Amino acid sequence: MLQIKNLQARIEEENILKGLNLEVKPGEVHAIMGPNGSGKSTLASVLAGREEYEVTGGEVSFDGKDLLELAPEERAGEGLFLAFQYPIEIPGVSNTNFLKTAINEIRKYKGEEELDAVGFLKLMKEKAKLMDIEQSLLSRSLNEGFSGGEKKRNEIFQLLMLNPKLAILDETDSGLDIDALKIVSEGVNKFRNKDNAVIVITHYQRLLDYIVPDFVHVLYQGKIVKSGTKELALELEDKGYDWIKTEVLA
Amino acid sequence: MQSTTGLKNNVHKAFLEVFEKAQNHTLSELRAQAQAHVNALDLPTKRHEEWKYTSLEAVYKTDFKIQIERNEDEASFLEHCQKTLPITEEAHHLVFVNGHFSPKSSLILPEGKGIRIEPMASVIRQDSEWLTAHLDNYTTDAEDAIFTALNTAYFTDGALIHVPRATELSYPVVLHFLSDARAVNSLAQVRNLMIVGENSRLKVIENFIGIGDYKHLSNSVTEIAVAPHAHVDHYKMQIDESLNYHVGTTYVRQADESSFSNTTISLTGDIVRNDLKIKLGERCESYMNGLYMLKGKTHVDNHTAVDHAKPHSESHELYKGILDGQSRGVFNGKIFVRQDAQKTNAFQSNRNIVLSDKAAIDTKPQLEIWADDVKCSHGATTGKIDTEALFYLQSRGISKKKAQAMMVQAFAKEVTERIAFESLREFLALQIEHRLS
Repeated sequence: MLQIKNLQARIEEENILKGLNLEVKPGEVHAIMGPNGSGKSTLASVLAGREEYEVTGGEVSFDGKDLLELAPEERAGEGLFLAFQYPIEIPGVSNTNFLKTAINEIRKYKGEEELDAVGFLKLMKEKAKLMDIEQSLLSRSLNEGFSGGEKKRNEIFQLLMLNPKLAILDETDSGLDIDALKIVSEGVNKFRNKDNAVIVITHYQRLLDYIVPDFVHVLYQGKIVKSGTKELALELEDKGYDWIKTEVLA
Repeated sequence: MQSTTGLKNNVHKAFLEVFEKAQNHTLSELRAQAQAHVNALDLPTKRHEEWKYTSLEAVYKTDFKIQIERNEDEASFLEHCQKTLPITEEAHHLVFVNGHFSPKSSLILPEGKGIRIEPMASVIRQDSEWLTAHLDNYTTDAEDAIFTALNTAYFTDGALIHVPRATELSYPVVLHFLSDARAVNSLAQVRNLMIVGENSRLKVIENFIGIGDYKHLSNSVTEIAVAPHAHVDHYKMQIDESLNYHVGTTYVRQADESSFSNTTISLTGDIVRNDLKIKLGERCESYMNGLYMLKGKTHVDNHTAVDHAKPHSESHELYKGILDGQSRGVFNGKIFVRQDAQKTNAFQSNRNIVLSDKAAIDTKPQLEIWADDVKCSHGATTGKIDTEALFYLQSRGISKKKAQAMMVQAFAKEVTERIAFESLREFLALQIEHRLS
C-alpha cells in the first residue's frame, strides 16, 4: 500500500529525514518510535503534504500513485488520513459542517455521489457514539475550546467518519489520561480491517498495549535504524533509547 | 485646488436657481447657515487628518449633474432595488431615485396611529414648522463637516420616520437610495430623520444602489434620535455591484437607557466613506458592527466615533475586513469617555484578513479617556489566512479554495450572524461564497 524509498526532507535549512525506507501492506499496523527530534512528526507531515517541508530526495508511492506529487486534499481523497498531534481550532466552522464537507469532497474526488443529509446524520450518530462524542461537541466550532482529550477523540472520530485506507496517528496518545487513551485505541481498533493500515507514531510504549502493532521501527537521526515486532517496543520502554544510539554510532 | 472647489461650485450653482425660484422659504435659515459653513470649509484632501487615507480626487474631477426635481417616475425601480437586496421579510420599501422619492416604486404598508413614514420633501411642504424644530438637532459637527453642511444646505429628499412612544412598527423599513446614472453622472443628496419615542422600537435598512455606466455619488446624512428605553436597529448596506462613490454620516443621539445597533456591510463601490457618530446618555447600550469584504480597486473607509458623555453606558464595536485584489480598507474608531462617564464599558475590535499582496488596510483606534473608573479595550489585527488551519482542512480532503472560503465565511459570520433579517444573512453568505469560488 505505502512504499517509502530513501526519503529525504528538510524544513528551512535543516535536513531532518535522511534516507528513510518503509513499506506498509494492507492489514498491518506499524509503530514508529524514536527519541525527540528524530524526525517522527516530520515523517507524518511530509506524508500528509505540509507545505513547509521540502522533499529533497527519495520517493513515496501510495497504492501505485506518486504521493509526493499530490496536494494534501488529493492525498486525503486517495485515502490517506493524518490524526494531528495538535488538532487545529477553527472558530466559526462547525464540527458537523466541516465533516459533511470533508466527506462529500472525498466522495466527489472518488467520483462517488454525495452523502445525503439522512445518511450523513446516521453515520455521524453511530461513530460519535463509538468515540463518546456528545451532541454538543458536534455543533460547536471545530476543536474550539475542546479539552486535550476531546480533541484527540475528535481526531479518531474523523478517522471513523472518513474511513481512509491508511491512518497515520501522530502522537495521538500525548496528553491523554488512561480512560481517553482506551476510547481512542478502541476507535482505532474498530477502524482496522484487512484492507486498511495504520502507522502509529509514538514516543511511548503505553499506546501499543491497546493498539498492538505488527511491526515496530525505531527512527533516529532521520532514518529507520532498527525494526522488529512488538517486543522491540517493550525493550525500548525498559531500556530507553540510549542503547540504540550507541548501536548506530558503533 | 481647482478640482476641490469644482464640486462645491457645481452643487451651489445647481441649486441656486431653485432656491431663487422657490416661493416657500422653508428651512431657509437652516439652509443659509449650512451654505455659510460650506463656503467657509474646504473639501477634504489627504492633508486633512480625518481623510488621511482616503482621496476623493476622482470624485472632484467628475462633472456631476444634480437632478433638482423628480424625473418621470418608474415603477420598475423597486424590482431593481429588491434584486440588489432580496429581503423576503415583509417590509416598507421607500425608493429614492437620484435623491427624489419615487411613489410608483415605493411600498408603504399600513401602520398604527401616529407612526409617520414619509418622504422628507412632503414634510417640508406640509409640516415645515415641525421639521424646522427637529432637523439638524443631532448633527454634532455641522461647522466642521463639509459633506454634512452640503447635505443640510442642498438635500432634495429623504425619509422621515417618526415612531411615537410605546410603539413597535409592524414592519421594518427599507430605504433604497438608487442613483440613476444611465444618462449622466449623478449626484444625489438625501437626508433622513428618524425619531423613535420612549419604549418604542424601529428596524431600518439603508440600501445604496446604482444603475448605469456613468458615475454616481451619493452624499447622505441620517439623524437618529433614540428616546429612553427605545431600541433602534439600523443597517447600512453597500452590496450592489454598480455602486461608485458614497459619502455619508449617521448621527445617533441616545437618550438615557436606550439601545442602538448599527451594522454596516460594504462589499462594493469605488470609493466609500461611512461616518458613524454616536452620543450616549446614561445606562445606554450601543453596538457598532461592520463587515467590509473588498476586491478589485474598491476603497472603503469606516470612521466611527462613540461619545460616552454620561456614566454607566456600554459600547461594543466589532469591525471585520476581508481584503482582496488591490482593495484598500480604512478603519478609524474613536472612543471618548468624558470625565462624568464613570463606570463606562467600551470595547472595540477591528480584525482583518488580507488575501492579496496588493490589498491593504489602515486601522487606527483612538481612545480618549478622562474618567478613571472605566473598562475600555481595543484591539486590531491584520493577517493572512491561517495556513495551519488551511492545511488541517485540506488534510481532510477539502480543496484549498473551499477551505479558504469556509474560513472566510466563518470569519465574516461573527458580524453577519448579528443581522436580524434571516433572508439577508443567507443572501450575504451566498454573496461571500460566490466571491470566493
